[in-house]
Amino acid sequence: MANEGGSIAAAQSRTGRKAPARPSRLVFPFSAIVGQDEMKLALLISAVDPSVGGVLVFGDRGTGKSTTVRALAALLPPMQAVAGCPFACDPAKPGDLCEACRTAARRVAISVPVPVVDLPLGATEDRVTGALDIERALAEGVKAFEPGLLARAHRGFLYIDEVNLLEDHIVDLLLDVAASGENVVEREGISVRHPARFVLIGSGNPEEGELRPQLTDRFGLAVEVRTPRDLPTRIEVVRRRDLFDRDPKRFTAAWAKEEAATRTRILAARRLLPKVSVPDAALEAAARLCLALGTDGLRGELTLMRTARALAALEGDREVTVAHLRRVAAPALRHRLRRDPLDEAVAGTRVERALAEVLPP
Amino acid sequence: MSTEAGPQPADDAVQAALLLAVDPVGLGGAVLRAPAGPARDAWLAVLRAGLPAASPWRRLPLGVPDSRLLGGLDLSATLAAGRPVAERGILAEADRGIIVAAMAERLEAATAARIAAVMDSGQVAVQRDGLSDNLPSRFALVALDEGVAPEEVAPASLRARLAFHLDLTGLRLPALAAEPILAARALLPDVEAGDDLPEAMCGAAASLGIDDLRAPLLALRAARAAAALAGRARVTKEDAELAARLVLAPRATMVPTEESAEPPPEPPPPPDDQSEQKEPDRGPDPKELQEMLVAAAQAALPSGLLEALQLREAARRRSATDGKAGARRNAARRGRPVGTRAGQLRSGDRLALVETLRNAAPWQAVRRRENPHGPPIRVRKEDIRLRRFRHKAGTTAIFVVDASGSSALHRLAEAKGAVEMLLADCYVRRDQVAVVAFRGRGADVLLPPTPSLVRAKRSLAGLPGGGPTPLAAGIDAAAAIATEAARRGRTPLLVLLTDGRANIARDGTPGRPAAEEDALSAAVPIRNAGIPALLVDTAPRPHPFAKRIAEAMGARYVPLPAADAGRLSTAVAAARPAG
Repeated sequence: MANEGGSIAAAQSRTGRKAPARPSRLVFPFSAIVGQDEMKLALLISAVDPSVGGVLVFGDRGTGKSTTVRALAALLPPMQAVAGCPFACDPAKPGDLCEACRTAARRVAISVPVPVVDLPLGATEDRVTGALDIERALAEGVKAFEPGLLARAHRGFLYIDEVNLLEDHIVDLLLDVAASGENVVEREGISVRHPARFVLIGSGNPEEGELRPQLTDRFGLAVEVRTPRDLPTRIEVVRRRDLFDRDPKRFTAAWAKEEAATRTRILAARRLLPKVSVPDAALEAAARLCLALGTDGLRGELTLMRTARALAALEGDREVTVAHLRRVAAPALRHRLRRDPLDEAVAGTRVERALAEVLPP
Repeated sequence: MSTEAGPQPADDAVQAALLLAVDPVGLGGAVLRAPAGPARDAWLAVLRAGLPAASPWRRLPLGVPDSRLLGGLDLSATLAAGRPVAERGILAEADRGIIVAAMAERLEAATAARIAAVMDSGQVAVQRDGLSDNLPSRFALVALDEGVAPEEVAPASLRARLAFHLDLTGLRLPALAAEPILAARALLPDVEAGDDLPEAMCGAAASLGIDDLRAPLLALRAARAAAALAGRARVTKEDAELAARLVLAPRATMVPTEESAEPPPEPPPPPDDQSEQKEPDRGPDPKELQEMLVAAAQAALPSGLLEALQLREAARRRSATDGKAGARRNAARRGRPVGTRAGQLRSGDRLALVETLRNAAPWQAVRRRENPHGPPIRVRKEDIRLRRFRHKAGTTAIFVVDASGSSALHRLAEAKGAVEMLLADCYVRRDQVAVVAFRGRGADVLLPPTPSLVRAKRSLAGLPGGGPTPLAAGIDAAAAIATEAARRGRTPLLVLLTDGRANIARDGTPGRPAAEEDALSAAVPIRNAGIPALLVDTAPRPHPFAKRIAEAMGARYVPLPAADAGRLSTAVAAARPAG
């Protein structure tokens, strides 16, 4: 299992050589997305506190699911990383460094964009986990590790569109890495392990098929999106999309101020987050709600609390209140309900019903 | 239709081809429903002639593997060169051109999802075989839909993204000597649609019952393309009407009524910086325009719309079910192949030779250097790829529910509960369920095979009950689904819930003796085909005839006078063929 230490160090010098640059095409601004408040809030919360555990977005076609996720990527404030590290190690957290960064004589911190990595359908395992760099092995006879998508997504977001159509063996792999926070690759006699902690974002249409429960479990928040029904909203969606398609530069420029404001809001919330307190009353309310809904395990309660805290931070509040809980209960809990075949109501409605009973306004 | 009765479908179809040549990427493409024949060829010829010379034109064969669709390692070139050689896939090759998908009604959901993702982003994300790249891929897709039955249509994820849905069946397209439409392409970016058009298109879409917001957006683009084609820098009423006929009409789900024409809405104020040129209206006001568009779309609706809409609904329900239609592999035993996986080769596993070689190919030079003496091609155990089959996941449980008589409502409710329990229990195995109900004169497929709990719930809600008992019709309908499921490599399981009191014969006539005889003869093919079956006798006092039916079907007979959902799902789970 021992590894030629030099080979990994060698890989460091040429960070992401093959990694395609972030597409320079302009993306639709996050702030310009009409409606879909729950989806936008869930994504902002995951940007404020990654430990909330990712977002699953399920719903109708043409509701801008992937547009919104890609818009988030453009919005995220940059982060600090060790220069040259293929895993973008955090210089501020010596405990989380990869092997090479730990042993390096000196580490230079640079500002890099937060990775938002697409895992496309049809990706093969070797590209997901990483593999040996074939070309370097051929040209120089060096066994160097070519990081995969999991390495690129470390400390950032891994986005899977049509997540319910992802091949089973890739899902298995993701579950394994998401549980351990570490990716292990063995090939051609070398063995590499590196940290791989990322926020998983999945989207899909339930009509194409259900998601495996083990995978659903991995998502902290689950959001249901619907096509907007009222005409003025629908018109505004079409109008803005049309304006963007016709002149993306002008459109993004027109929204730059809103985008900057949202970015500032995320940063302020991150600073405030450690100071937000959770009073006993809120803890108790969360426990009562989970009990009433019969969610399995403590994970639901924990996510509900963390989500409410991130929401409070986003709103600039220093204390979690029942009002915060009420707003995030549906996304934090709706995918954790046991299925009751005799209950016709969709999960979101059941959460609302429980809310009305347990935490009446 | 007389020549004076407004626009001809054949002319509109040709217009659609020309519009697509003007703005292929913006319009996404077209679904062409037609058998192979002169009309289809003529349409494709118009499109091809309208494109700039040397535009790529690629055919997408059915069942195309990922390595060909998305690209990957070129196996033979890699082996020859001794280093990895990449191969572009069809999607990347078709950049700035057209992809023609043959037999699109049988396209797999997984393939459709890959294509849809590329259409949305304009590039292929290749993360395969050690290659990592984003290749530009902007194209229009022409989905050739040769479906005959109304539920055989191209996947919904693609239909939503393709502007035009044309039915060329029985049309004669006018001969047209088209030439590349270069001027219109150049003009397109400058075409102004006017501020009212988005509003009018959205309103028209709403009154035609179109949910998907892509529809009004595509209609807007089609109107601009029409103006560009005519050499105008401004969209006219005629352009908008053409767009409504071509884009909105085929997507209509209801006939607009007078009342449903909503009052013109006040759009929410855009943010300050976005105060777009709010010029004084030059055209008709949006309300008037919207009514004209609805009228135009309505004129293009086929007669007997309601019937057509019901068929379309059935199609919608089917089209989302996963599965490659007609993958007639010797599948029943091993399931259908669904790609490859890494693993150790043990007895019983099947080697995926090409994938294994593909994995080994790039390493040949390295391995030769490590050990110059050895076989010409060196395959190591980490190269091994095994075929994956979807045989464990392959059960399709078909519930045949007797919806007749007085106990129908109770029985239906329990069947409903059992279906949902089974579904909830079965995601991991990726099982499918289908529901057939029979009552009155015949049988209805309430739910074509689906893995989706959402759809199952929707279709089971509001199931009618009561009336006489056409048992034979119910068994026939179920047998048809079972045969189709088996043909797709799945294992069917038939669950018949009845009290066995057949009293309607196959031909719809009442009378117990004929009805029972027909039911028995309908049951025999089930046994002959070896379809596992379960007959749940729901009569308060079990009747010998139900048992006879079970014997004729080769079904297990389970008397459950008070079948409740829980016991029912347990019984079905027990009857499920092992893995």
